[in-house]
Amino acid sequence: MKNAIPILTVLLALVVIWYLAAIGMNSAWVRDQAARAGTELTTTELVKQTLTLERPVLPAPHQVAAGLWDGVAGQKITSKRSLVWHGWVTLSATLTGFAIGSLAGILLAVGIVHSRTMDQSVMPWAVASQTVPILAIAPMVIVVFASAGITGLLPKAIIAAWLSFFPVLVGMVKGLRTPDAMQLDQMKSWSASGGQVFWRLRLPSSMPYLFASLKVGIAAALVGTIVGELPAGASAGLGARLLSGSYYGQTVQIWAALFAAAALAAVLVVAIGRIEGVTLRRMGLVR
Amino acid sequence: MMNAVIAANAVSLTFQTADGPVHALKDVDLTVGQGDFVSFIGPSGCGKTTFLRTIAALEMPTAGELMVNGMTPDEARKARAYGYVFQAPGLYPWRTIAGNISLPLEIMGFSKPDRAKRVDRVLELVDLEGFGGRFPWQLSGGMQQRASIARALAFDADILLMDEPFGALDEIVRDRLNEALLELWRKTGKTIGFVTHSIPEAVYLSTRIVVMSPRPGRITRVIDSTLPAERPLDIRDSPEFIRLAHEVREALREGHGDDA
Ligand SMILES: Nc1ncnc2c1ncn2[C@@H]1O[C@H](COP(=O)(O)OP(=O)(O)OP(=O)(O)O)[C@@H](O)[C@H]1O
Ligand SMILES: [Mg+2]
Repeated sequence: MKNAIPILTVLLALVVIWYLAAIGMNSAWVRDQAARAGTELTTTELVKQTLTLERPVLPAPHQVAAGLWDGVAGQKITSKRSLVWHGWVTLSATLTGFAIGSLAGILLAVGIVHSRTMDQSVMPWAVASQTVPILAIAPMVIVVFASAGITGLLPKAIIAAWLSFFPVLVGMVKGLRTPDAMQLDQMKSWSASGGQVFWRLRLPSSMPYLFASLKVGIAAALVGTIVGELPAGASAGLGARLLSGSYYGQTVQIWAALFAAAALAAVLVVAIGRIEGVTLRRMGLVR
Repeated sequence: MMNAVIAANAVSLTFQTADGPVHALKDVDLTVGQGDFVSFIGPSGCGKTTFLRTIAALEMPTAGELMVNGMTPDEARKARAYGYVFQAPGLYPWRTIAGNISLPLEIMGFSKPDRAKRVDRVLELVDLEGFGGRFPWQLSGGMQQRASIARALAFDADILLMDEPFGALDEIVRDRLNEALLELWRKTGKTIGFVTHSIPEAVYLSTRIVVMSPRPGRITRVIDSTLPAERPLDIRDSPEFIRLAHEVREALREGHGDDA
């Protein structure tokens, strides 16, 4: 694997920088403690202590790795301390929200492409919806749903859908408009109906755009779900894990949850990429 | 002329553009009979494409009268009077060749067994037997264009309208396709409207050559071919062919007038 070498080099560089940063950022505290105890520290001892703190300002990579490992493999997966359990809570809301959001995005795109009125009326609102800061909206959504007795997956999924419908909408509008004048004239020369043009030409032509926007959409859905898990009261999901970590100064826990979220995002995007690859190759749209 | 398939009477078409009106067609009179092979030739922008599109009801004349098979172009299109071959094959990459040819048939509501029969028949007509299961990217450009002709033939329209169908192909492939097209025309007896930039192609293929000139787009000459129906490729070296080609060239030069 020739292309693994540059990737590994970058990774190695990042880890080195991270270690240096951890030593730098944690040393103040270590020196402080030493001064208070009246002991002299050699450089080796200083470095050693900065990398093994219980609550470091910046945990070292191996501490985060240990925290991740413990969260994933060291707990029963039904335990509240298991990252697998929290990950599953986040994943299920993400997928639900993503399904709702992409469906809404696709349907709105179909409407926009077929109706001038919708084109002019829906787009500005769709854009406006994305300019509202999600951090401000999310707690309100959670509270409104909670007052109606709905908690758990659905409110988070709504926030995820809110963020994921937009890229899908924009991508699909572009995709459904890719057929050129000649292809549309060809259809007209066969007296094809609007529905026939849609199913036989527009929809298949839009597939590359659909998949590209689904990849953005699912990452956005994950962000939306995690944001939905941040408001006080949530006790499950990677977002809640992030928040409780920051309450108690458990930086290792925060970083472990962050990495779990990043890994989840990567897995989801790669999964869609795989489906994309197979579908587009089958359709002869890539070779 | 008896049983006119296409009858244009003082057809004009003016496009309203940002830079003012463009007279793409001005007072075009033309009658095309059943089984004619009519070529349209002329400098770029003289309205060849526009005229073909008007016949196909893809554009509306702004003045004059145009009848196709005794109907308005729009009615004729709905009655499946013509198949249109564009400059690019425009095959769908996600459909096989057979699937592509079957596309207009599906749209027009032919039954599945009927579609299969028709696909086989037109594949044979354009000499692509056995290629139905392939995908477009597995075929050469010339084969793709033949497939697109097959697609236009599949629903048995009497008229075949072709806008520079071989324009993007090299000369050798073009010669072969010209031969194949003549053969197909003799076998099927269809009426063909064919736009080209090439004088030899026009002379080789046509029973009538319509010479057009631009600004405003109009017909300057209609030349009836004196060549026999049977035309091997080497007829292009015959004195009669050379005389006709010369006549077309002269007509094109006249049409160009002062700005030649
Ligand atoms: N949709 C349109 N809107 C405005 N002007 C147009 C349109 N279509 C064609 N024209 C103009 O009408 C004139 C005739 O165009 P047309 O495409 O019929 O020419 P052509 O003879 O087919 O040329 P070429 O040999 O380059 O294909 C040109 O001046 C062109 O710019
Ligand atoms: Mg043209």
